[in-house]
Amino acid sequence: MRILMFGWEFPPHVSGGLGTACFGITKALVALGHRISFVVPGWPGEALPSHVELISAPAIPLKTENIDAPDIFSGLQIRLINSALRPYLNNGQYERQRRQKSDLTSNEEGWMRTKGLRILEASGLYGPDLIAEVMRYARAAGVIAADQSFDVIHAHDWMTVFAGLYAKEASGKPLVLHIHSLEFDRSGENVNQDIYYLERCGMVLCDHVIAVSNYTKNLIIKHYGIDPDKISVVHNAVSRREAPRVYHWEKNPDKKVVLFLGRITFQKGPDYFVDAAARVLKEFPEITFVMAGAGDMMSRMIERVAELHIGKNFHFTGFLQGTEVERIFSMSDMYVMPSVSEPFGISSLEAMVYDVPVIISRQSGAAEILDHVLKVDFWDVDEIANKIIAILRHASLAEEIVERSREQLRSVHWEKAAEKIVAVYRLVLH
Amino acid sequence: MPSICLLFHVNKPRWLKHYTFFDIDHDHVYEDSERNLKNLHISAEKCYLPANRIMLDLIKRYKGNFRVAFSITGVLLDQFEKHRVDVLESFKRLADTGCVEFVGETYYHSLAYLYSVREFREQVMLHGKKIKTLFGQTPRTLRHTELIYNSALAKYAEKMGYHVIVAEGADKILGWRSPNYVYRPSGCKTLKLLLRNYRLSDDIAFHFSDPKWSEHPFAADKYANWIQSMNDTGDVINLFMNYETFGEHQADETGILDFLRRLPREILAHPDFRFQTPLEIAGNCTPADELDVDDYISWADAGRDLDSRLGNALQKDAITALYSMESKVRRRKEAIFLHTWRMLQASDHFFYMRTRGLADGDSDKHSNPYGSPYDAYINYMNIIDDFSGYLGKKEVRN
Repeated sequence: MRILMFGWEFPPHVSGGLGTACFGITKALVALGHRISFVVPGWPGEALPSHVELISAPAIPLKTENIDAPDIFSGLQIRLINSALRPYLNNGQYERQRRQKSDLTSNEEGWMRTKGLRILEASGLYGPDLIAEVMRYARAAGVIAADQSFDVIHAHDWMTVFAGLYAKEASGKPLVLHIHSLEFDRSGENVNQDIYYLERCGMVLCDHVIAVSNYTKNLIIKHYGIDPDKISVVHNAVSRREAPRVYHWEKNPDKKVVLFLGRITFQKGPDYFVDAAARVLKEFPEITFVMAGAGDMMSRMIERVAELHIGKNFHFTGFLQGTEVERIFSMSDMYVMPSVSEPFGISSLEAMVYDVPVIISRQSGAAEILDHVLKVDFWDVDEIANKIIAILRHASLAEEIVERSREQLRSVHWEKAAEKIVAVYRLVLH
Repeated sequence: MPSICLLFHVNKPRWLKHYTFFDIDHDHVYEDSERNLKNLHISAEKCYLPANRIMLDLIKRYKGNFRVAFSITGVLLDQFEKHRVDVLESFKRLADTGCVEFVGETYYHSLAYLYSVREFREQVMLHGKKIKTLFGQTPRTLRHTELIYNSALAKYAEKMGYHVIVAEGADKILGWRSPNYVYRPSGCKTLKLLLRNYRLSDDIAFHFSDPKWSEHPFAADKYANWIQSMNDTGDVINLFMNYETFGEHQADETGILDFLRRLPREILAHPDFRFQTPLEIAGNCTPADELDVDDYISWADAGRDLDSRLGNALQKDAITALYSMESKVRRRKEAIFLHTWRMLQASDHFFYMRTRGLADGDSDKHSNPYGSPYDAYINYMNIIDDFSGYLGKKEVRN
């Protein structure tokens, strides 16, 4: 099968689990003999992955007539968002990039003129102007879809909903919308109505929805009113480390490290981690806590750590990528993911790959498939602390968890996910 | 003339309450008494009372031809005395018929024999005394928790004065032999060994209500036919199972209580068959062979070994920590400490910590207070920690 796929991020340019998942899914689909054209909003021009044909949306020349929205969107008005909407904020990079870009000659709409054709300028980053970028990206999608031959369209998350729908409109091929995360997960009660509308619009108009967990499927049914029969659950997986580990970290048994890794936003529950750390440090003052990542709650967390007088044992690393992630996992004695609402939580699987015992919230999709992790309610700070302490104190507990996790990971692989995705393709093609 | 030997195990695991690290040194009450009382009432209403009523009817109707044996843990008898005298009375009425044998075991559903023979002996004797007080019998048949068995245990049982010991009729100890004979444990002179016919026992205890089972729906006459077809192939068919099978693990709606009501009539319809208790069978049959069993066997899981209770690092760590406190507990010479320590010995606590085969079907899955084996371990170790500190304290205030 030929698949036209739309994704907002792709390794090595990732800010969260979405890029990791897209990489794993495409790799496994290609291994099953399928061919994929993967459209990203922008590509800084480094080495390209070989297993997919990577298309960078800004490189697509657009004729003027492609710019108008197709009829299906005629009732929808998308406003430009200049408020602090940061669904996947990554450490101020967006602002920096915008400033650099403003040196280029571009008009107000964000289009550059080259030899009489207009070229889309999309950065693929997340920031205050994200919805405008989403629109620019979508317009390129229609052109690509009219140009390429493929059997099915597969779009990931709300940023690519428009692109998927444009491509469907242009080609008449079925659209599968893959939901990795919802506005309800990211923003709790402060839902952005435009994004919610985009998500809902996509799920109503596409041919089938893939949800990364039953947890997410239930949210879709409850908050978006989508027919349960239209939603299939395909759990995420994790790639084995093929290359030998870069870091052979000899963990210091006297200096235990407890890790939080993820965006420091409401959704990930960083505040519960800080409070649990304070609870643990009162009993075990020698433990080190690390918060890796960036996000809009970071400065508040730094303040909270100072208020609790635990700064001596609590470190912030900022946003980590690539080998830095590998290194921090190798250094850690356990990984804590106290997410308030987590569609899946792929980083819990990554921690397991590094033989790190995992504590995750019950409000996460990964909890559905993992038996050998410790599960907590995100709000139960005492219980999080209790479990952190248990792993610290009982070597046999950590050993048993790691041993059994290794066994379980053998049955968690992307090939299984890819097979389920192909079954969905077949469903929409009939 | 083959006999049917029914032995029902009666036990109610006592759950521990949610106990975190932050409770250590602050709270010395470990049981979830409210929940345990609720569980007791459920078993009493669904199983113990209705099943005992059926037993009494059957005994009266068949005038001595229907006989049955029970092994009831001491802790559960205590619970009956405290909260459900009606259930205790119904067992006493069964005892009064003279058709019921009460079998000996550890008082606290313990695995003590594996870690402290002294503790095992004390608990078994304590249980024997309890049975004597309540039912007027001294147990002469021994059933180890989870049907754990080996030849050394058999020798010890003989030394303690038991006439019969029961064990799992595991394929790995029997080889080509049949479980339907009485055996002599190697190294014993008088003790007799009865082996559970696990196929026929599990048909009632597990398969009966399973709609995917090929024989479903299952009726007493079909079962009786199977048993009667085994005429001439043995002396005894040992059907050992949890008593909660009847009405609780398998609800009344499945027809299990009706099955129980009808089974004796179907079996006794064949004149060659009769019901006998373990002690009666041992008295009537000579051993067919000697059995030598080195490695422990049990009735748990496909492996019929100790793995479901003591197979992983968590279970071993927990039970080692528990028994390492024995001398400290004994030196305190206070009943409350000894009782608490013994309560923590219950096999169930370790069963909840098993990390393999979490998806396997097992009767005990009907009652598990924990979401995961790790939660079970963490909870238990926090309690052990508190208990250990509590033991070291000079004065105990209640």
